[in-house]
Amino acid sequence: MTTATVSRWDRFRESFFWYSFKRDKVAIASFLVLLSMVLAAVFAPLLAPADPYDLAQINIMNSELPPVGLDGADPAFPLGTDAQGRDLLSTILYGTRVSLMIGFGAVILQAALGILFGLLAGYLGGKVDAILMRVADVQLSFSTLMVAIIVGAVFKASFGNLMFGEIAIYMLIFIIGVAEWPQIARTVRASVLAEKKKEYVDAAKVMGFGTPRIMFRHILPNTLSPIFVIATVQIANAIISEAALSFLGLGMPETQPSLGSLIKSGFDYIQSGSWWITLIPGLVLVVLVLVINLLGDWLRDVMNPRLYKG
Amino acid sequence: MTSPLVSIRGLEKRFDLSGSFLEQLRFEGGRLRRKQEAVHAINGVNLEVQKGEALCVVGESGCGKSTVARTVMGLISPSAGEIHYGGQRIDHLDGKAALPYRRKMQMIFQNPYASLNPRMTIQQTLEEPIRFHHPDWTAQAVRDKIHEVMHSVGIDPDWGSRFGHEFSGGQRQRIAIARALAVDPEFIVADEPISALDVSIQAQVLNLLMDARESRGLTYLFITHDLAVVEHFGTRVAVMYLGRVCELADTRTLFATPRHPYTQALLSAIPKLEDDRPNHIRLQGEVPTPVNLPSGCVFHGRCPYANERCRQEVPMLIATDGGAQVACHAVEEQRL
Amino acid sequence: MALLEVKNLDVRFAVRGGDLTALRGISFSLDKGERLGLVGESGAGKSVAAFSILNLIARPGYIAGGQILFEGRDLAAMSERELRKIRGNRIAMIFQDPMMTLNPVLTIGTQMVEAIQAHRKISRKEARAIALDRLKKVQIPSPEKRLDQYPHELSGGMRQRVIIAIALLLDPEIIIADEPTTALDVTIQAEIMDLLLNLCEQENVALMLITHDLGVVSQVTRRMLVMYSGRIIEQGPTREIINDAQHPYTQGLINALPQMGEPGARLFQIPGAMPSLKNVPSGCPFHPRCNFATDQCKRAMPEYVRSGNVDVACYEVANLIEQEKRMQEAES
Repeated sequence: MTTATVSRWDRFRESFFWYSFKRDKVAIASFLVLLSMVLAAVFAPLLAPADPYDLAQINIMNSELPPVGLDGADPAFPLGTDAQGRDLLSTILYGTRVSLMIGFGAVILQAALGILFGLLAGYLGGKVDAILMRVADVQLSFSTLMVAIIVGAVFKASFGNLMFGEIAIYMLIFIIGVAEWPQIARTVRASVLAEKKKEYVDAAKVMGFGTPRIMFRHILPNTLSPIFVIATVQIANAIISEAALSFLGLGMPETQPSLGSLIKSGFDYIQSGSWWITLIPGLVLVVLVLVINLLGDWLRDVMNPRLYKG
Repeated sequence: MTSPLVSIRGLEKRFDLSGSFLEQLRFEGGRLRRKQEAVHAINGVNLEVQKGEALCVVGESGCGKSTVARTVMGLISPSAGEIHYGGQRIDHLDGKAALPYRRKMQMIFQNPYASLNPRMTIQQTLEEPIRFHHPDWTAQAVRDKIHEVMHSVGIDPDWGSRFGHEFSGGQRQRIAIARALAVDPEFIVADEPISALDVSIQAQVLNLLMDARESRGLTYLFITHDLAVVEHFGTRVAVMYLGRVCELADTRTLFATPRHPYTQALLSAIPKLEDDRPNHIRLQGEVPTPVNLPSGCVFHGRCPYANERCRQEVPMLIATDGGAQVACHAVEEQRL
Repeated sequence: MALLEVKNLDVRFAVRGGDLTALRGISFSLDKGERLGLVGESGAGKSVAAFSILNLIARPGYIAGGQILFEGRDLAAMSERELRKIRGNRIAMIFQDPMMTLNPVLTIGTQMVEAIQAHRKISRKEARAIALDRLKKVQIPSPEKRLDQYPHELSGGMRQRVIIAIALLLDPEIIIADEPTTALDVTIQAEIMDLLLNLCEQENVALMLITHDLGVVSQVTRRMLVMYSGRIIEQGPTREIINDAQHPYTQGLINALPQMGEPGARLFQIPGAMPSLKNVPSGCPFHPRCNFATDQCKRAMPEYVRSGNVDVACYEVANLIEQEKRMQEAES
């Protein structure tokens, strides 16, 4: 029976997805940049020349050294150092790691909440729908930053600065995840409303399948493509939110810097001429968010069924 | 006389149009009023399906024929009336209690492009219902069953790993039929199963349904707008107009001597190959909306034989000497 | 000279992995006042044919060869400007979905007046009078009222009547109707077809009716083309083809109709399905489904042969004609 079976890989290679990816130079470039950034972040402990979390490796005498190519640079620190004397390259690698973790973590949380509530609201309808969607409206009317500021302040006050540093990453994932779930819930609900009218859902009901089975096994897989697009864009948004919070001093502490807190830490020294401490992590952040958004745009085009099914 | 397999008693279905309580409030003539509107999809339908027959329900769009089908299958709950299967009332059952009937009663849908889950392979589509209804079966037994139904609807069992969208409309409809047959039903509701298909494919699917009826002893409730198909496929026909049955007869009787004026008009409107010109009974006006039903006989506004009584009084289905049951005052008074 | 003459029309779609041939070697003509049916199942290319006559096929489709001569001028080679003078004016089109023609946010009257003024320099008032006249012609109840109504206020049957009225606005020579009644109920369909037929006769307008319904073709048209997989496989007088189809596909199509079968018995069926444009079989595209197929059919597309007044592209028919000829020669 080997003749008719087509492997998943073959199917993928023949798909429109792969075809349009191959033809889109922007998508390829964005993907490669993102991939290298993710790899660099994941393998930061192996790639980074120094460990910015290890206080023993930091020498205050090395502070504010400029990047290689400028006067007074030290070849040991290719991108220069920050005000505490940490190697900027290593800090950026670790910072990207923290930013990406928060981005992905927040979106996983958002997606879990959004998919569950969106499915329930869309499929069950009626009162469940009304209540869940009103909760979502209320949730959306608070800005993420406002919620984060309040929650962050409460956390800081109740756990103290030291403890806060350890749980900050989870707190940020939680805040950004909870604040943004309505985006995904609304998208899911809209596609569930469209899907549940289709006859395959009736066919499943006629078979006697229970509601959870119909919701998760039959409808959910058919609503995944828009979730995919939204989730990609939401990763970029989560990274930006985190950076903004950290810049305001409500996010990651400077001992475990994310890209946002790096930018903030350098901000005070711009006046004294050490622009690289802010500019380089800033550029990394911009590039990271840009490539994710470009990929999101491309995904939206590919997954829009009206564009390729006609 | 044996008891019917399925009986539909006094079925009514209204779909509410007016929304929630607040949306129902209207400001009219200086006063706040509550206004409720509903689509009267079915208005008192009584039908009995005998074991082994193919009862066809025919009518134009909006006549409620699909609503009848979906109510029988429990996809919609009736506003009034009862559905009985093998003597047991089933319309109020849910969940576990309905499960045995889910296996005995199956449905084939109109649109083969929407009735297969696009994310499931053919194998998964057929396997799920079998495993669900026979959790005790071995993997081999399930595989044999899938093989058997695929074979009987004429799909190559090697196609199991492919997805619905890789097939043509006719093949998809075969797969949908295979899914319905996989749980060994006794009774199948087919809602316009061939109207989305091309002419040459319609014949294939119709033949398949007829073969399945013979080899598996199936009973059909067949919903269609196409009278030509009915003549071929049905043993009995119910003609519906605006949520009511206006004529119920054996296929032969109905096609030989249609009694109700609407049935006559419907029959004459089928374009026939031997005609050189459109050759149909001209009706006045158009089908009224089922929101504001006409009083009396629902057909009176378009009927050439309507009189005062037709405008006032709702006609009942009455047996005629030809064996057909007709709901028409003109027929009853022998004006027609 | 024929009013419209299509010669060897090829239409292709440029898609990934090369061109797909949607129409190949389409040739037919339409005389003044003639009623021609274009029959085929979905995927046969009948709508593409209709659209390409007005050079309306959207990218990635394009006319790859052949001529479309309307009163001797080639529409395929015309500029968009010149084409616009012909579309809607000399050749009108009716679509299956009335909302493809009607703009939902404008009243019927506004749309009709605009359509007239696009082609003729006359006042609004005069244009409105013409519009009213056409609405009367299509027997819409209370036509004055309709002019100020929006499309959504009309029923499906009434909308299709409005569409016919719009098609008639500028006294066209040809009306191309693409499945004009498919979305309608049988009783409404019969009325619309009747109306269309009567109007074309009255106004001496040529009608090209695209449909999958052989019954409708038989009622309305005098000549018909049968299309399969982008080719015309049979064309000739409607009555002759319906009563005695030559091509095995046409025969199968007619015999598969439920009204042709014995009630309760199995229907005649053509095995398989129309090939998609992506994998059109070699030679005669019908050969994988044909009972008479030979090796010859797989190799090359058959030429047209004449049987009675019908042109058929089939080797089997050609062989039969050849045999008959030989037998007659042997007798004489």
